[in-house]
Amino acid sequence: MPVLTLNDAIGAALAEEMRHDPRVLIFGEGVATKRQDLVREFGGRRVRNTPLAEGIIAGTAVGAAGNGLRPVIDLLFAPFLCYAMDELVNSAGKLRFLSGGQFSFPLVTLAMTGAGWGVGAQHNHNLEAWFVHSPGLKVVMPSTPADAKALLKSAIRDDNPVVFFLDIGLLYTPGDVPDGEHCIPLGQAAVRRAGDDVTLVSYGKTVHGCLEAAETLAGQGISAEVIDLRSLKPLDEATILASVTRTGRLVVVHEANRLCGVGAEIAAQAAEKCFASLRAPVTRLGGPDAPVAASYPLEQAFVPQAASIAATAASLCARQAA
Amino acid sequence: MTSAQPQIDPRDLLAQMHLIRAYEEAIVAGSTAGTVPGTCTSVGQEAAAVGVVNALAADDLILTNHRSAGHLLARGADPGRLLAEVMGRSDGYCGGRSGSLHISVRELGVVLTSTIVGAELALAPGVALAQTMRNQPGIVVCFFGDGAACEGSFHESLNLAALWNLPILYVCENNQWQAFVHRREAMSREHVSSWAQSYGIAASTVDGNDVSAVLAAATNAAAQVRASQRPYLLETWTYRTRGHFEPDDQAYVDPAERAAWLARDPIAMCRDRLVAAGNLSELAATDLATRSRDRIAEALAFAAASPYPAPEALTQHVYA
Repeated sequence: MPVLTLNDAIGAALAEEMRHDPRVLIFGEGVATKRQDLVREFGGRRVRNTPLAEGIIAGTAVGAAGNGLRPVIDLLFAPFLCYAMDELVNSAGKLRFLSGGQFSFPLVTLAMTGAGWGVGAQHNHNLEAWFVHSPGLKVVMPSTPADAKALLKSAIRDDNPVVFFLDIGLLYTPGDVPDGEHCIPLGQAAVRRAGDDVTLVSYGKTVHGCLEAAETLAGQGISAEVIDLRSLKPLDEATILASVTRTGRLVVVHEANRLCGVGAEIAAQAAEKCFASLRAPVTRLGGPDAPVAASYPLEQAFVPQAASIAATAASLCARQAA
Repeated sequence: MTSAQPQIDPRDLLAQMHLIRAYEEAIVAGSTAGTVPGTCTSVGQEAAAVGVVNALAADDLILTNHRSAGHLLARGADPGRLLAEVMGRSDGYCGGRSGSLHISVRELGVVLTSTIVGAELALAPGVALAQTMRNQPGIVVCFFGDGAACEGSFHESLNLAALWNLPILYVCENNQWQAFVHRREAMSREHVSSWAQSYGIAASTVDGNDVSAVLAAATNAAAQVRASQRPYLLETWTYRTRGHFEPDDQAYVDPAERAAWLARDPIAMCRDRLVAAGNLSELAATDLATRSRDRIAEALAFAAASPYPAPEALTQHVYA
């Protein structure tokens, strides 16, 4: 099986989908500069650099999607999405509904975020929950190169606008990526490790922290199940709730601010739908209500680490035993 | 065919303007009576809409905004379905979800209507890019106001359209008002067309209350866009004679300025010119106005009889 970085997996998915469908094109800041292989294969009409102006990049993508193309745009860093909010939220997310279904907006917005490069809060802000809260949009954040490729292929084929977050900390981590046509449906979580005592739900780089924690917990005789959401909307409630119903304990882990993050929704779902099965309080681990600092130790401290995930899960299990 | 436009009878233009005026007046009366929601009317701007839309080909695409009645009716939209939309009824063009503010009618080429001021400018380059890449002959016409020209999206849109050679006819209806603020207080220049020229985009300003002049200017502008596959900006210099939305007492409006523009009412100007030239009798002119009001009365009855959407519509068409 080929080994690719997550960044290369994104490039492979783009190339395959551009071969697969002539309506697919990609543009954004430095897209043509960085992806010369795509320019060589598909030409400058389908692989375009743009002015450094996120609003018009996103607006152009929404207009093109509403008129028969399937654009992918690269807005670089997630905080830059603030410049594109009107186009993504008010146009892409609402004009299908407001027009009574006359239009659809098959477009994918790529944006990087998360700890790893020490770039500070104006380049690193896990704001994915904003888009989950916006009707009409889908939201994806993969944790492995294989998923990145298969989920991006699905996102490009989806008839809805998809905001696709790339975790900076995972971009150049290699992983096995199956050859050939392989799509993962949006809205399907992956059980990365099966377990019986506690459910750890996460997405992006903290999935790996959860897996490391599960290994530690196994050494303590605690069997942890690790669920990788992969897509935040649609959310695979069935997989989460089935697991929590079985284990009776839930820790939701993400790098994004805990306050009103995706974890809050998952905790609420568990409380509403699995209350009778819960053997300990649902617990969330996430970043503080603070912008991310550039300094390496502060940036790392923002992100829930394996040790704290393991300690939290262990305390929930101890609580039940007591 | 997208090239030569058929000869247009100026009496048809007058009839279209009457229909728009009757439509807007019915909404004003209805909103006063509490039977129709208030809207952003286009009273006073009928010539700007009718002149441009009649210069277009059937396969051209139009992006408009919250003040869209003139564009939609001149394009041939059914006033009954428009009023049903305004009134939130199921027979509206958008099933009652849009209300007056974001009415799209794809079958007429009126697409992606947005009420966020300036959004039409952000969307237009993509619509035009898709026309080009899909080898579609129709050009893209983007209606916006002087208010939208003060948004960043105007400048980003013109820059990209010039850079990528996109076939967009930008039409700025400079109606002198940006919601409740006069254009003089909000724009560093008097004319939006002067801004376009700095992006290397050909531009002109026309008397937006003279329907024949607007038609001629728009025909020329659209032909330039078709031939060059480059953007063009046409500014129609006009005036919003009613408020930003209904009801609006317009206490903030200089009465002398409004009176001066009312004296240049686009419908009266067109009518008087046709009568003076012997192309329209007084009787026929009165009949045009009456027929428009009758047609709108029928449309209003249709809309009022249309049922409200079923509760299931609340979550329909959110996702494709």
